[in-house]
Formats: sequence, structure tokens, C-alpha cells
Amino acid sequence: MSGWWGVLRAIAGRELLRFVHQRERFFAALVRPLVWLLVFAAGFRAALGLSIIPPYQTYITYETYIVPGLCAMVLLFNGMQSSLSLVYDREMGSMRLLLTSPFPRWWLLFCRLLGSTAISILQVYTFLAVAALFGITMPGIGYITVLPALVVGGLMLGALGLVLSNFVKQLENFAGVMNFVIFPMFFLSSALYPLWKMSESSELLHDICAANPFTHVVELIRFALYLQWNLSALSWVVAYTVVLCAIASWGYDPARGMTKRKG
Amino acid sequence: MAGLHFDYGSKQALRDVSFDIQSGTFCALLGPNGAGKSTLVSLLTRLLVAPTGKISVAGHDLRHTPRAALGELGVVFQQPTLDLSLTVRQNLSYFAALHGMDRAGLPKRIDATLDRLGMVERADEKVRALNGGHRRRMELARSLLHEPKVLLLDEPTVGLDAAARSAITAHVHELAADGLCVLWATHLTDEVRDTDHLLVLDQGQILADGQTGDIRGDQPLSDWFLSQTGGPA
Repeated sequence: MSGWWGVLRAIAGRELLRFVHQRERFFAALVRPLVWLLVFAAGFRAALGLSIIPPYQTYITYETYIVPGLCAMVLLFNGMQSSLSLVYDREMGSMRLLLTSPFPRWWLLFCRLLGSTAISILQVYTFLAVAALFGITMPGIGYITVLPALVVGGLMLGALGLVLSNFVKQLENFAGVMNFVIFPMFFLSSALYPLWKMSESSELLHDICAANPFTHVVELIRFALYLQWNLSALSWVVAYTVVLCAIASWGYDPARGMTKRKG
Repeated sequence: MAGLHFDYGSKQALRDVSFDIQSGTFCALLGPNGAGKSTLVSLLTRLLVAPTGKISVAGHDLRHTPRAALGELGVVFQQPTLDLSLTVRQNLSYFAALHGMDRAGLPKRIDATLDRLGMVERADEKVRALNGGHRRRMELARSLLHEPKVLLLDEPTVGLDAAARSAITAHVHELAADGLCVLWATHLTDEVRDTDHLLVLDQGQILADGQTGDIRGDQPLSDWFLSQTGGPA
């Protein structure tokens, strides 16, 4: 068993070291949601009126509304970053070293997923701390109760990154991921506006947003920050995580998957 | 390895490849570019799995007991697989963890392995600071860290100067003499000695399997190779 634990420690530790070595990545991950929070939200707070919707029990400012969505955005970007580094590792050759370990491939990938999720959570808490410094705070216990939601959401979006790393063959193709995955997922969700607002403009858009896995991550985090479990969102996020992990595991299977290509 | 076939879609990469290498043998897998050497290495390391055929590493079937088989295999890939931002020791520790090695006694083991390759004084340097020859030696040290029974090297001297090539080739021959089973994939005939086991691979097929001196006869190996494969060695 110590061998399995050692693999987890090594892979997650390497991810952490890589993150520490890339300070600009840390600042980019922090600046991105802060720009949304301090600039975008400040401009939009007057334009968007929010009614009282669960889990909120009173009127809230727009900045408060978008904090959970921005936490999920950090998880989403980090999941994609992890996918990018997997493609990089494959191009640079270090993926070969990982995949020729005697341990099962699913475990190696899961360790990688856990490492990337841990880094995502670190970034989310840093973001929440800076937001608090600007006076945008959550209920005190909410900072603790949100942790499991961040773990599950981080695993789901990290698993999405694993799946994408199978389909993206070269680093140059990563711009496509930005256009076709990150932006639609983020904007077609409840991160920036409540779903009932969306239904006022288009029922179809509302239905797409409601089905978007990212919406479930946002809502899971939103409720957890206010000490509530959104069981529907949790079930969807867990289900999506299982499905994405299964696809990633299939994709990396040497006998069947996408890795069966020349080069 | 027996009855191995492998295709990339409609392109046939390996056709009915079979061979056997004894321990204590330096076996050179010689083939021109595109012969199928890297595919064979990917199959031996389970980066790919062939639909038919059987691969055994130190008596362990790679399909049915991959963990045991990969545990007996040390690999030096053609493409560097080092983390340049980590030190030599950190790279080796990472590898040791991936192979489930116990952390107790690991620093001593790393020192001993590096010492064998004259690299112990570089243990705490970042890999980025090492030259090409030292990086290759470090990868060789890493492949030996878990004391494998089989050592697989895929064109390990590519990009090295003559002195570094000669030193690594000689060292791996010594390892084979000490009892290791070595498979050395190359397209360079001057790395092969007459006493080595030679496998010649061309267009996915084994053209020759035997002792190098017997195979080449009176011809220099490079001439014989050229005459058989129709391309420069």
C-alpha cells in the first residue's frame, strides 16, 4: 500500500512543484477572477437586479452573487491548464515515464487528477481571501463547508481536462479548447446570471444552461458557501465526474484509446 | 516476443515479429529509420498493446501481468524524459516513487547508482545545467535504479558527441557482461560489436537474428546492412 501512496505523493508533489515554479501561472489564476469581480461586477451591479433566490435569504450585491461562479471559473481554468500540461508532457516525452510505471494507468491518472485539484483549491482559497480583503465576504463557516464542493467540482473539471488531453493532439490546438470549451461552459451557466434571468430572454438558452455541467458545479459551490448541500447539483457533478473519469481511463488505455497513434 | 503484429490504421508497422534474448546478452536491434524500432519499444513498454502476439519480460507476460513485467524493465527512451527544472536526485526520486520503491535507503541507492556512472557529484544539480552526455548518463542511471533484469534503450546516443556515445555504448556492454539482458535499438552500425546478438528489423519484419560476426561474414557490418535494407546505415 505504501507504494500506491508513494506514487500519489510523487505525482501530486511534482504538480505542486511545477505550479510553484510557474509564478506567473499563479498570478494569472488570481488576477483573472479578480478582474471579473472588481471590474466587471462593479460595472454590472447597477444593470442587473437580483431577486432573493436560494440559498440567499436577503438581497445581495452582484459581487456576492458571482463569487461562486468565479470560484468555479478558477477550477475550470485550472482543469484546462492541467490538460495543457498533459499535452505538453506528451510532446516533451515525460508522459512516457509516467505511463511506463508498473502501477495501473487509472491510478496514475487519478493521482495526477488529485494533484491538479489540490492546486485548484489552493487558488480558490487565495481568491476568496483577496475578495474578503475587498469586503466581499461569505458566512464564516461557509469557507469550510465549501471545501468538499470544491473537491468534487475540481475533480469533475480536472477529469474533463484529462478527457480533452486525449483529443487535443498538439499544443497549438489548445486555442480551440478555449473557444469551444471554456467560454461556452462559462457563459452558458449560472456563474454570471441566475438561470431565471436567462429564461426571460430564451427558454432554449435557459435549458442549455441548466444542462451545462459547469452550472451544477457553480450551484454546488454557491449552496455550500451558505452551509447548504444542493443534492441535485451534487448528484449531477458526481455523475459527470464518474463518466468523465471512465472516458479518460478508456482514452489512455493502451489497447483501445486515443494514444494508439504513430509518434 | 512471439508472433507480434501491429498496425497504425491501414499502415502495417510490425509483421510477425518473434525473438528471444537471453540474460547477460547485449542485443542490438538494428534498423533504418521507419523500420518499426520505436513501435517495438512502445509495445515492450506497454505504451501500445498489440492485438496479437505475446511479449514476456523476465518471464512475466506483459499482457496478463503488466505490473510484474514493467517492474523488471528499465527503459531509456529516444526522446529525453527528464524534468529539467528538478535536480538529478529529485528526478530519480520521482522515478523511484513511480516504481513503488521504498523511501528507506533510497538516497544511498541513488548515490550508488549515480556513482557507477560517475555522476554522484552532480546529484544536487538541476538537470537543466547538465550537458547532453550527462543527461543521457542520468537517464541510464535512472533506468537502473530499481535493479531491472531487462534494459531497453531506444537510440540512446542520438545527439551525443563521439566521446559520450562511445562511453555510454561501452558502459552498457559492461552491464550486459554483468548479467543484464540488454536490448539496444539503433541505426548506427558502429555501436554493434561482433560478439553482440543482432536483430535486424526492416519494414516491420525481422531480416536477421543471430550473432553479429556470423551474420556479417567477411563484410563490414555497415556494408552488409546497406545491402540488406537498401538504405544508408
